[in-house]
Amino acid sequence: MPGYSDPGFDTLALHAGAAPDPATGARAVPIYLSTSFVFESSEHAAALFNLERAGHVYSRISNPTNAVLEQRVSALEGGIGAITTASGQAALHLTIATLMGAGSHIVASTALYGGSQNLLHYTLRRFGIETTFVKPGDIDGWRAAVRPETKLFFGETVGNPGLDVLDIATVSGIAHEAGVPLLVDSTLTTPWLLKPLEHGADLVYHSATKFLSGHGTVIAGIVVDGGSFDWAASHAANGKFGELAEPYDGFHNMVFTDESTVGAFLLRARREGLRDFGACLSPHSAWLVLQGIETLSLRMARHMDNTSKVVEFLASHTFVSRVGHPLLETHPSHALARKLLPRGAGSVFSFDLKGSRAQGKAFVDALQVFSHLANVGDCRSLVIHPASTTHFRMSDAALAAGGITQGTIRLSIGLEDPADLLEDLKRALRAAEKAGA
Amino acid sequence: MELIVNGSKTFCYTGGRPFDPAKPTAIFIHGVLNDHSVWILQTRSLAHHGWNVLAPDLPGHGKSAGDPPASTEAASDFVLALMDAAGVDKAALVGHSFGALIVLEAAARAPQRTSHLVLVGVAFPLKVSPVLLEASQNDPEKGIAMVNTFSHSTLAPPPSGLGPGTWLYGGSRALMRRVLASNPRVNLFHTGFKACDSYAGGDAAMRQVTAPTLFVLGRHDQMTPPSAAQSLIQAAQHATVVTVPGGHQMMLEAPDAVLAALRDFLQP
Repeated sequence: MPGYSDPGFDTLALHAGAAPDPATGARAVPIYLSTSFVFESSEHAAALFNLERAGHVYSRISNPTNAVLEQRVSALEGGIGAITTASGQAALHLTIATLMGAGSHIVASTALYGGSQNLLHYTLRRFGIETTFVKPGDIDGWRAAVRPETKLFFGETVGNPGLDVLDIATVSGIAHEAGVPLLVDSTLTTPWLLKPLEHGADLVYHSATKFLSGHGTVIAGIVVDGGSFDWAASHAANGKFGELAEPYDGFHNMVFTDESTVGAFLLRARREGLRDFGACLSPHSAWLVLQGIETLSLRMARHMDNTSKVVEFLASHTFVSRVGHPLLETHPSHALARKLLPRGAGSVFSFDLKGSRAQGKAFVDALQVFSHLANVGDCRSLVIHPASTTHFRMSDAALAAGGITQGTIRLSIGLEDPADLLEDLKRALRAAEKAGA
Repeated sequence: MELIVNGSKTFCYTGGRPFDPAKPTAIFIHGVLNDHSVWILQTRSLAHHGWNVLAPDLPGHGKSAGDPPASTEAASDFVLALMDAAGVDKAALVGHSFGALIVLEAAARAPQRTSHLVLVGVAFPLKVSPVLLEASQNDPEKGIAMVNTFSHSTLAPPPSGLGPGTWLYGGSRALMRRVLASNPRVNLFHTGFKACDSYAGGDAAMRQVTAPTLFVLGRHDQMTPPSAAQSLIQAAQHATVVTVPGGHQMMLEAPDAVLAALRDFLQP
């Protein structure tokens, strides 16, 4: 390997975790559609169950195809390892459920994907885990929200849907002062745009459904451990992480921080979380994500090129009152995005039409190239109306706090010819204007 | 568990089993900027199959207090003091890289207390390149990147210390950073490399060792290539050599092969 560092991003995107299959010579990653794996002997079986040896037992806990994806995303993020999950939501839940139980508290950004909002605001409360929401740029607010029982800080690299860029270094600094890790949802940026672990985040997860797979074909999630957070030291200082630093009677009284100085989180998350909650990923889905990652850098570059053309077009259109992308100097995160996201701040963003809600509906209905659906990060361009779909459970006040109005339109810019995207938007904007006449 | 060695608290991983003086003991010594956790798979296995395991963090490293050893000789004194503190008269001594030099020197100083000697990823002389020595002192992050590159041989390692999905480049980097940060008073990176670089007694020590000696060498090891262990192999009275399919960090890159070599060799 050349130089004194890891291989480059594109090499890792193709090769990390995967060698030609020793049994068959297959060059592409085989899909190991097998629930279970034969033990060499009774002693081998016992050793695998007791973590004396590493290997595959049962595909709910681990699978060779999934392991390639775990190594590959770890490599791209600069982490120590990862766990694939059934969805991005499952990755978020696995992370939280590994670190805490009833009586714990999370400090989270207000600018979150609607599904994450639901989990934190409604569902986890029912299980005794409280969350305080803080505007991502309210640095004093993050600090003020800390309680003795706080176990985790959580935000998105670029917050949904206003694209508030998270000041990862500053927020992780506050988290670490409080003795807790920072978890970052990096779905919309991918490691090609931003590697949160390099800026101070401790854990990163993705809805791999989006840009990592990139083709709108698969639901998948993955959580990566940066190996940076010292669970043992934090537990010694403030008793927050007994789950990792005290004997766990659910697994031979293992003290995960003794077993692994940097990987205690992953040990427990797999051995408990996948074992007991079971939100594992199908190897077939893992393979689809791997296939997507092989072209991640090519796709992301095109996503960014197309996005800048669409943003420029919309920003100069007379029927558009606001374009919420950090490319624009008027965006509150413009300066931070230039610093943290020099390649671009993603291709998912929102804008506001001038006019009524009915005109917004006319706009969406007139689009022909953009598809109206509830997803982002497809290679095809997508459109949705958040107030009536992804965020429909939120009150007007909560919507406003998240930067959403009734007329907000969210776009996910795909890989089509940019001229066709602009033409489609032009036509739809004309239709929307006419609908108000 | 914690022992007091030379007046300082010393963390020892025992492989998930309580320390039992009635069993034969194997002591595992890690290398520069590493800690006990690099032995996770081998120690856990031996501890569940008849052995007492003590895998300490070296003094001033990780969870152990005390002054980090400034030389291989000083570190070997620590190993013998650790045995005294644990009440262990005789033990199998296993070391990796710098740790291999340490246990070699300890076995030479106390041949009657060494039941077996296992040198994993060893070379003598273990000269450190001036560029790396300089980086370890003045630009540790660059030095860590260099060591990380030279210590791994594959982008597709098998399931390892954290099970399937372990990414060893990242894991080794995170561990080196953590161990470096664990001692704000002494640069463990530079101190460790200087101790390797300046150790002159390897061949002479090897000739003093009476215990059966196992060399576990990584076929793709760029830090301590198998050819660099040959003078020690020649000097050993009872040498067994096993080559495993891995790089310098072979305990994690080829964990099953290293374990198999250990278990075949370590008969109490």
